[in-house]
Amino acid sequence: MSKNVFLALSLLLLLFLPTLVQANVELLNVSYDPTRELYQDFNRAFSRYWKAKTSQSITIRQSHGGSGKQGRAVIDGLAADVVTLALAYDIDEIADQARLIPKNWQKRLPNNSSPYTSTIVFLVRKGNPKKIRDWDDLVRPGVKVITPNPKTSGGARWNYLAAWAYALKQKGGSEAKARDFVTRLYRNVPVLDSGARGATTTFVQRGQGDVLLAWENEAYLAVNELGKGSYEVVVPSLSILAEPPVTVVDKVVDRKGTRKVAEEYLRYLYSAEGQEIAARHYYRPVDKAVAARYARRFPKLTLVTVDSVFGGWKQAQKTHFSDGGIFDRIYGGGR
Amino acid sequence: MQPATTHKATAAKRNGSVSEPVAVRWVLIAAALLFLALFLLLPLAAVFSQALEKGWAAYLEALRDPDTISAIKLTLFTAVCCVPLNLFFGIVAAWLIAKFSFPGKSFLVTLIDLPFSVSPVVSGLIYVLIFGLQGWLGPWLQAHDIRIIFAVPGIVLATLFVTFPFVARELIPLMESQGRDEEEAALTLGASGLQTFFRVTFPNIKWGILYGVILCNARAMGEFGAVSVVSGHVRGVTNTVPLQVEILYNEYNYAAAFAVASILALLALVTLVVKTVAEWKIQQSLAGPDDKR
Repeated sequence: MSKNVFLALSLLLLLFLPTLVQANVELLNVSYDPTRELYQDFNRAFSRYWKAKTSQSITIRQSHGGSGKQGRAVIDGLAADVVTLALAYDIDEIADQARLIPKNWQKRLPNNSSPYTSTIVFLVRKGNPKKIRDWDDLVRPGVKVITPNPKTSGGARWNYLAAWAYALKQKGGSEAKARDFVTRLYRNVPVLDSGARGATTTFVQRGQGDVLLAWENEAYLAVNELGKGSYEVVVPSLSILAEPPVTVVDKVVDRKGTRKVAEEYLRYLYSAEGQEIAARHYYRPVDKAVAARYARRFPKLTLVTVDSVFGGWKQAQKTHFSDGGIFDRIYGGGR
Repeated sequence: MQPATTHKATAAKRNGSVSEPVAVRWVLIAAALLFLALFLLLPLAAVFSQALEKGWAAYLEALRDPDTISAIKLTLFTAVCCVPLNLFFGIVAAWLIAKFSFPGKSFLVTLIDLPFSVSPVVSGLIYVLIFGLQGWLGPWLQAHDIRIIFAVPGIVLATLFVTFPFVARELIPLMESQGRDEEEAALTLGASGLQTFFRVTFPNIKWGILYGVILCNARAMGEFGAVSVVSGHVRGVTNTVPLQVEILYNEYNYAAAFAVASILALLALVTLVVKTVAEWKIQQSLAGPDDKR
């Protein structure tokens, strides 16, 4: 009996040993769903850069999931050195509910703390059999639209707001018309996945739906890597300027003593190399020179901002996505 | 001698009324086999064919990935923590419930069953509520730099909770059906409590224990819901095998996802075999040598 106990204990020790002896710097980047490939590349580049600069080895850990869920995990104590989420509201929540970062976090880095921007486009099947050209085509009867749940997914909230903004900006557009438009759109949604990645999998792997509302980068990933020639990207006439922001989590980096490297990590996203990597993964770079070099990659379209159309994320969240908000009413009552 | 024989006779009668006629037994076996083929063998075949879609080299490559190896290590570690603890608690609880009578016994049984009736997600959230930064103990833990959730201890705790009933639930009916005459006899003959347990009770329940352990282990390694809530999904640190499968799948890395899933599938197969053997042995030990017709 005691021999077995000893065996079990030594086995435990053996398994724990690696976590006890690691001494180099470790950063945890808590991010949203579609940035997996981006940060895989960027982390490699930053480790190289940091090693050359300080001769210190660095391990960067990643955690990915729906933006809202990830923000919630940080609030509940997931020790993220940096968060790179889909929208400012989810980081605001970390500031408001857990007070891990100051309220003015978004003013600390250039371009509202968004080192890259993106937008929402359509992904359709090869040859565009349902002839989907613009938002109006999504509300036609018989068109199945795949988009994730705005309650849990950051990307889904951008999708929703883009549709709303489009309807609002049409001739004679009004709040009531926009609401009617979005209601009809969600009537064409057969299933709400919890995150952007899940929605893409539903569309690509399970072959559901006629059109996927997706992040631009996610759409191109599907086109280039998942099924060359099986999908096409359709760029609508108007969409929303998505600004996925980043920040250091002050309370965590101060406790772990990683502030310097964490801040450098985020600043490096704005460097020429960081911007190149973002552009290669179809995130729109904010650096003018890099943007010019990759201009062909990113089609021109009218982009509206959350601030100009919805009065900022706090307001948009309250009106549209909070409990009992417009989304609850149209999705609950629409079916 | 007289009282013991009567006891044996009633025990035999009780067993006789519980087992079914041969025809019913075969129908049940056929139904079970059909069920297994549909719900176990078919998906199993699918998992392995998908896993080997790109050949053996890709399969082994997927299993050699550092994040996958760390997920396997974490899963083994979790099982190594949970199974012995739940084995101990399970035996103690079953012993208490089956061999003694005391007030509040049925309440204790209900309590043991609780993890079965609670959704795994809720089991995970319980720990977030207790140990999370916004939870009861969160601020104190933070101040002392102790990490429970979104770290290995949280994963072990959640798994411990979810797998708690397996050993006890398996042993209670078995021990109850065996009654306590043998223990009473041993005690009358001057055996100590521990002697009674190891010489009399343990040999009777050893197959039941194995059965419980194997189920407990399978669940500990396969648990997704509760662990997903407390894991934080930090790659190479807090992902268990089931979580790693989901990640790979979501990264469009289907062959690798199924390769890792095949480990869990193999575990299921081994579980099934050991479980079948244990079940058969339990049947034998329950039937007893003088029950042969």
